[in-house]
Parts: sequence; C-alpha cells; structure tokens
Amino acid sequence: MLELEARTPVGTIELDVALTVEQGECLALAGPSGAGKTSVLRIAAGLLKPERGRVACGGRTWLDTVGGVALAPDERRCAYVFQEYALFPTMTAWQNVAYPLREGRRSARRARAHELLERFGVGHVADARPATLSGGERQRVALARALARRPEALLLDEPLSALDSRTRAGAARALREILAEAGVPALLVTHDFAEAAELGDRVGIVDAGAIVQEGTATELAAQPRTAFVADFAGAVVLTGTARAGEGGLTAVDLDGGGTVLSTDAASGPVAVSVFPWEIAIEGGETAAPSTSSPQNHLRARVTAVTAVGNRARIALSGPQPLVAEITAASAERLALKPGTAVVATWKAAATRLVAR
Amino acid sequence: MRGWFAALLGVATAAALLFLTLPVVAIFVDTSPARLLDSLGEEGALDALWLSLKTTALALAIIVVVGTPVAWLLASRRFPGRALAVTLVELPLVLPPAVAGIALLAALGPEGILGGALADAGIRLPLTTAAVVVALTFVASPFYVRQAQAAFGAVDRTLVDASRTLGASEARTFLRVIVPTAAPGLAAAGALALGRALGEFGATLMFAGSLQGITQTAPLAIYDRFATDFDAALALSAVLVAVSAGILLAVKLVRGGEALDRAGA
Repeated sequence: MLELEARTPVGTIELDVALTVEQGECLALAGPSGAGKTSVLRIAAGLLKPERGRVACGGRTWLDTVGGVALAPDERRCAYVFQEYALFPTMTAWQNVAYPLREGRRSARRARAHELLERFGVGHVADARPATLSGGERQRVALARALARRPEALLLDEPLSALDSRTRAGAARALREILAEAGVPALLVTHDFAEAAELGDRVGIVDAGAIVQEGTATELAAQPRTAFVADFAGAVVLTGTARAGEGGLTAVDLDGGGTVLSTDAASGPVAVSVFPWEIAIEGGETAAPSTSSPQNHLRARVTAVTAVGNRARIALSGPQPLVAEITAASAERLALKPGTAVVATWKAAATRLVAR
Repeated sequence: MRGWFAALLGVATAAALLFLTLPVVAIFVDTSPARLLDSLGEEGALDALWLSLKTTALALAIIVVVGTPVAWLLASRRFPGRALAVTLVELPLVLPPAVAGIALLAALGPEGILGGALADAGIRLPLTTAAVVVALTFVASPFYVRQAQAAFGAVDRTLVDASRTLGASEARTFLRVIVPTAAPGLAAAGALALGRALGEFGATLMFAGSLQGITQTAPLAIYDRFATDFDAALALSAVLVAVSAGILLAVKLVRGGEALDRAGA
C-alpha cells in the first residue's frame, strides 16, 4: 500500500493532496498540465521534498516531515517511468536495464537484463542505443528497467503520451497487463481523462494542486461533483439557475436563454452537464417536440461538423455552445452543415446538476 | 545583385582561412625536414619539448581531477554566491599572462602572501618545474571549467532523476551517467585547456623563469632562440604545431566517433 500526503507550494500553485493506493491497484491522476500531477510523483519518489508531508509504502516510512524522516530517492524502492522515458543515451538497451541491478556478477546481470527485455517483447533491441529505438520500444525498455529492481511502488508519468496514436492502443493493453502482473501500488498521471479511465482502477481529478474528486471513471463521468470534473470528463457544461419544476423535476433557466429539466435536485446557480453522446439532433423547424420522451429541447445552429470514424461531432451555438455526438449516417441524413437550424434534445435523466 | 550575400560570406571565409593558416604553413615551408631533425638534436630542444609535454600533462591531470567536480557543482546547484564563484573561476581568463605571472609571484613567491608559509613547509616554488605546473594550471583551468560547466549544463536532468530512482547514489550517478553523457563536451574542454597550457608563455616566464631542462618549456625555448638562431626556433615551432594539431585531430576523431555511435552507425 502506498500512502501519500503533501502540502507544499509548487510554482504558482499550492499543492495539497492525500491519497492511498492499494496493493495491485492503479490510481490514475488526471488533470490539465500545470495542475501539479507530476509534483505528486516527484514527492513520492523523493525527487521533490514538500514543506509538509508523509509518504509510506509497504509499511516503511519514506518521508515524514514531522518525524524528520526523508529517504533519498535511491533508498526508496519505487520505479519511476518518466514521460520521455529518460533512457541513458550512452548505454545500450540491455545496459540500461542492467543499471539498477547491483547484485551478482556482470554476466549474471547481463543475462537478467536480456531476460527482462525478452519478457517485455523487446529482446531484439538489447544491443541498440536508445536513439535508434522507436517510441514503443523505448517505453518497453523503460518499463523493463523500472521493474528490474522489483519495486514496491510504480510511478508513471504520462506513460503513453510520447507514443504515436498507432502504437498507443497496443502499448496501453501491454501496460495494463504489466501493472496487473507487478502487483504493487501504481500511481499514474495523465492529462487525458480517456487514458486515465483506460489504465486506472480509480481516477482522481486534479485541479490547481488538489484532488477535486476521486472514484471510478464511470462514477466521475456519471456523477461529477464540480463543473470542472464534468468538463474534464468530456461532458458539455452549461450554466444557469435552478428552481423547482413540475413533476418533481428541477428546472434550470440557462444563462442566455432556454430552460432545461433535470432529475437531480438543486437550487440556485448550477452547472448543467450532459455527455455529447446523450444529445440527439432533430432537424430544425419540422420537429414536433411534444411527442418524444426527452424533455430538454434547445434550438441551436450548427457551427461545425467533424467526422470521428463512424461518428460525427456536431458543434452547436444556442444560448450557450453545445457539442452533440451522433452517428455519421444520421448527420448525413439530416444534411447537417454549418448554419443549419436544429433542435438539440436530451433526457432530463441524463442531465447532471452541480452547484456553482 | 542576387547572391551578393553568399559571395560576401565566401570571400570573408576565404580571407579568414588564408590569414589563419598562412603563418602556420609558413613554418613548415621555411623548414626543411632535414633541418627540422637536425635542430631537434640540438641541446635543449628536446629537453624543452619533453618538459612542455610533462608539465602540460600534469597540469591537465590536476585541472580535470579538481575542475570536473567544480564544473558539475556550478552547473547543477543553485546557491548563494554562485554567480560570484563563476566569475572568480573565470577571472584568470581575462588576465593578461604577464599579470598572471606577477599575481602568482605576489601570492606564492618568496615575498608573496603565502611565500612565508610555503618556505616554512620547505617548499620553494620559483625556478622549479613545479612552478611551471602551477602557472599552467592557473591560466588553463578556467578554459576547462567554463567549457565543462556548459557540457554539464546540457545534460538532461531527467537522466539524473532516473538514475537516482533506479537506486544509484549521487556519486554513482555522476560517474556512470552524467560524466559519460557529457564526455564529448568534457573532451573538448580538455582540449581547450591543453592547447592553452601547451602554448603558455608569459606567466611561466615570470613565475618560473627560463632555466633549460627545469622551467624552459617549448614556447620559452622558441623565444630564447629566435634572436640568435631563427631556424632552430622555426623547427621547434613546427614540432609544437604538429603536436597541437595532433591533439586537436585526436579530439575531433573521438568526438566524431561518439557522434556516429550515438546516431547508431
């Protein structure tokens, strides 16, 4: 189990976090760049000393600013995989992997390094220098090197961001297997919510130095506690003022005009969030709002249509900007193009409200 | 008028190359190989050359052993007075050699501020080979430290962090990761210092004197002969040029090889 608590100024923000990662679990911290995610990893590794804080792993205290304990990075058994992998340029792949191995003869260490490279599927690059490796190969060598020392915790900084989109899917799958196999607490940071959802058993959303909400990716997406979390998780966020509506629903008068209904209870200023894929598009004037079950209807104009595989993202300008995600076929059928007048429709049950 | 700028660059480069190489080439044109060998056989010439190589090697060893950690400290740590320390290290760089010689005498000479203490310890520097080494170290070390500091500054600090998290101490990180990564830059720094030390004249003459076989290095021997035996001075110069060029070439080859190695050739 990895426990970390820290309060310290980092650059212009005040970092204040507390987190626990269980054995074999992966906690993914997601947030915009500059939120302090990497500083959390550096504190865990001992590369950054917080003003106040405590780090403990596997029953050993690594840092306790009150008790005066502060182990150096090399005294903590934690593996750190850096964003650009930080392979030593003057060493071959196998020498990189053998670097943390200190016991036994050189030949034994060399054999062990080769074995690790084989296990990570990059045995064929053992004698190559990092500069000649592809991004995917570098990532695997870096993972092999990090795990060579049998770490008690695994720290990963944007492990997939240095990879091109083609390699990424495979690398993500491999990384999940490696994390499962390692069986140690893993702390991962990323700026991409989708990546956090894919790799983390739990996700913590970090904003301006604090973990604003923690839970499974599904929980965060479905019940964002703040507009920031909703936005970061990919939802459309609108602002308005809530009041009691008919039938036990909450009505929200949106800033700029229009009213939407939600099954959530709230009053006063709120942020309304809805996922783009919950929003349906009806062709402009011909729509008959009263006949279908969704109760939220906003008139809007199409500002852009972007194809994403078999889906289309429709950017809309209504009282406030919106994004809807529909099938490419529907977009075709409705002949959507910039300027088309439409009605954006979604259910009150898919509308989340959070107080502002 | 198109291309006038390219023409200007070409003309300037050609003029610079001609101006810089002509004197060096002239040394070899003026000396026949037979004369060169003859004059080396002359009493004192080989002595001077040997002394130059010996003292330069010794000075360079001291500079590298002490200067490398200093350069790393200055490149990697922020501490109060760092800017002052950097300036102090670079000071001998801008001292005229004659001033450096006087300064060394004032500090370490018999009448110098440390002269008494040195004499009490039984150490008398002026007019000894040790004084030559002191003079060379004094004038050449800033060249090494400055360049080495730049080489260390260019090392990606993430490599240092990576090494520490992989269980390596600061010392092991320095020896296994930082120095190898900065090696090409350190070699260039060493070459600069070596070149400066090999050619050192003023400070050596003033602080160590010009005693044949003891403090008379090759540059001093050249100066000693040029009024009386221009050919001998020329021959000795030719050898010095050959040695310097050989060192420069060796460094370029080592660096070129490493660059190729990194590119994966």
